[in-house]
Amino acid sequence: MSVQLDAQGNLRHLLTTEGLPRELLTRILDTAGSFSGVIGKSVKKVPLLRGRTIINLFFEPSTRTRTTFELAAQRLSADVLNIDVASSSTSKGESLLDMLRNLEAMQCDAFVVRHADSGAAEFIARHAAPGVAVVNAGDGRHAHPTQALLDAFTIRHEKGALEPLTIAIVGDILHSRVARSQIHALRGLGAGEIRAIAPRTLQPRGIEQLGVRLYEDMDAGLEGADVVIMLRLQRERMRGALLPSEGEFFSRYGLTEQRLERTHPQAIVMHPGPVNRGVELDPRVADGPRSVILQQVTNGIAVRMAVMSMVLGGQGEAAPASIEEVAG
Amino acid sequence: MSRLTIHGGRVVDPESGRDEVADLHIGDGRVLAIGPAPDGFAAEARLDAAGQLVIPGLVDLAARLREPGATRKGGIIPEARAAAGGGVTTLLQPPDTSPVTDTPSVVELIHSRAQSADGARVRPLGALTQGLAGERLAEMAALRDAGCPAMADGGRPVTNGLVLRRALEYAATFSLPVVLTPEDPDLAAGGHVHDGETATRLGLPSQPAATETAALARILAIAEESGTPVHLGRLSTARGVEMVAAAQQARLPVTADVAIHQLLFTEHDCAGYDTRAHVRPPLRSSADRDRLRRGVADGTLQAVCSDHQPHDPDAKDCPFADSEPGISGVDTLLALTLRLVDEGLLSVPEAIRRVTAGPARALGLEAGTLAPGAAADVAVVDPRARWRVTPESLRSRGHNTLLTGWDLAGTVTATVVGGRTVHVR
Repeated sequence: MSVQLDAQGNLRHLLTTEGLPRELLTRILDTAGSFSGVIGKSVKKVPLLRGRTIINLFFEPSTRTRTTFELAAQRLSADVLNIDVASSSTSKGESLLDMLRNLEAMQCDAFVVRHADSGAAEFIARHAAPGVAVVNAGDGRHAHPTQALLDAFTIRHEKGALEPLTIAIVGDILHSRVARSQIHALRGLGAGEIRAIAPRTLQPRGIEQLGVRLYEDMDAGLEGADVVIMLRLQRERMRGALLPSEGEFFSRYGLTEQRLERTHPQAIVMHPGPVNRGVELDPRVADGPRSVILQQVTNGIAVRMAVMSMVLGGQGEAAPASIEEVAG
Repeated sequence: MSRLTIHGGRVVDPESGRDEVADLHIGDGRVLAIGPAPDGFAAEARLDAAGQLVIPGLVDLAARLREPGATRKGGIIPEARAAAGGGVTTLLQPPDTSPVTDTPSVVELIHSRAQSADGARVRPLGALTQGLAGERLAEMAALRDAGCPAMADGGRPVTNGLVLRRALEYAATFSLPVVLTPEDPDLAAGGHVHDGETATRLGLPSQPAATETAALARILAIAEESGTPVHLGRLSTARGVEMVAAAQQARLPVTADVAIHQLLFTEHDCAGYDTRAHVRPPLRSSADRDRLRRGVADGTLQAVCSDHQPHDPDAKDCPFADSEPGISGVDTLLALTLRLVDEGLLSVPEAIRRVTAGPARALGLEAGTLAPGAAADVAVVDPRARWRVTPESLRSRGHNTLLTGWDLAGTVTATVVGGRTVHVR
């Protein structure tokens, strides 16, 4: 935990939402709020990171996450380099550490990292040169902190304060870095009640100890929920004998209009994307009035701008003023 | 040097029940007498052991020296010397070398290297099946004649029940004990850590305790019918200890050991993706650790081993799932065993027994005792002399230990193997 904070408690890297103080979480969301104003303007750039170089280092394929990181960096006027490692390097026997050293020799300021191994971002952060920031864009099953923060941002935007809210996270909790980061972030922000809904094969052992109530029956778990977060179900789960079929999963854990009636009448529906229509989410719900899935994507840019500006020196408070000046 | 007297130490030989301050006289590679020197004995050399423990040299049931196969990590000569520096005089190397120890020629290679090491005695465990593939029986009789004291699965469990049954029966024909490490590879499913809270927090693929217990139940059922003595290596679960205890109560010829790190650490030591805590089987819950400790105390687990697995730095300097399992342990086995005494778990003689006569009897080895006539394999230990674990203080080429920075009590001041002093400090 201490790896990502400096001695003053400022964000040096963003690796996980676990252990982030409430004040810092709030500051990230507030900073994102000021950036979301910029995004609406016709000139969508601020010069906050002019002259800085950010490398998107993706060891796993990703379109949306990488694109929003790239957009966020560009809107902060940073130079961005995309390295798609899945198709380039470690297959040549280059170790992660060697690769990192080579990239650092190119004098970059930050790495945005996605990797299939849990802990990979922390590993890179521990080995990075001083002053080089690391933002975790997803490591194995461990963490996806910017996704969790943009979800929290979206919830706060749609619902206001988190304290009175009941938030249900549904689906493949076991393999989900998104769920883990959401639980830590939402708990850190003081959310009222967090529920995890999943069949036993998709529950990580001891998940209750992270501060969630576990439900195996979806109808019971949705009762009175203010926010429903559906997780993506990877198709390969059927091969690992975790589930019998997509159809059976949908019948028990898919979110339909009928099931949605159990929630609070103003409940919102979220999904980190990309949605498997008809597997975890009925298309009518995905495209329905309660869905804020596209707002999540938009908010993702502002949240990632906030995170990148903070790890690269601005700690939030000063940023909004300078933005108004340029964007106004 | 053929005649040596170790003078004035506290001689603790659990097997003979001896625990007294006495002189130990050695000649022709054997223990001649404890107490007054035999008639006509004139020592050519003396070791002063006043205030120190004089114990049988340690018998380590699992130490991978990395040769043949992975000499960037270790090697027979450096690791056998490191073991001697840690008071180990006999070590058993599992057969998962490269090439696998499944032919007499590999055994001979190991023996010849070990001979020039001038360190601990190296006893290669023979592969139970050819190439450890779990399909065809290895030439056990030839391996025994070449010097293998027992056969082993080398950490690659035999998944075919019929092959396992035949292997146990065939080994029994030649009075060969069999060392098996219970692990169900399907349940292990690539899990690097225990299926518990730490795995959930870290998001690491995990494996349940049933990985061990399901395999153990199967082994016990097959062993019961074949009547072959089976030694279960590296237990990690509370339930596993209970299953072994029940089998022993039912008078099955079953013995078991535990790696010393399982008695000290738990899954929580993997926090922060500390790859040094990546071991196989994984560190489990504190309840498991506590039951393993009780199992050592009550004798269900009659041996404690180092499970020595030295690594090069690269093997641990990577994300957790990519790192290689194992801890370098021969340097610290004795000091950690004495720590169990300080913690009130065992008396000095019982602690010594778990690393000498306990493991020796489990595999029928002529070692682990100071009875007159026994091979003169002796460790002299200053139980109060403290040392700090640092890369420099470790003799093993593997510096992969969770103990870096710890101050340990218990310094080996001399090690004697077959009457020869191979280590003096």
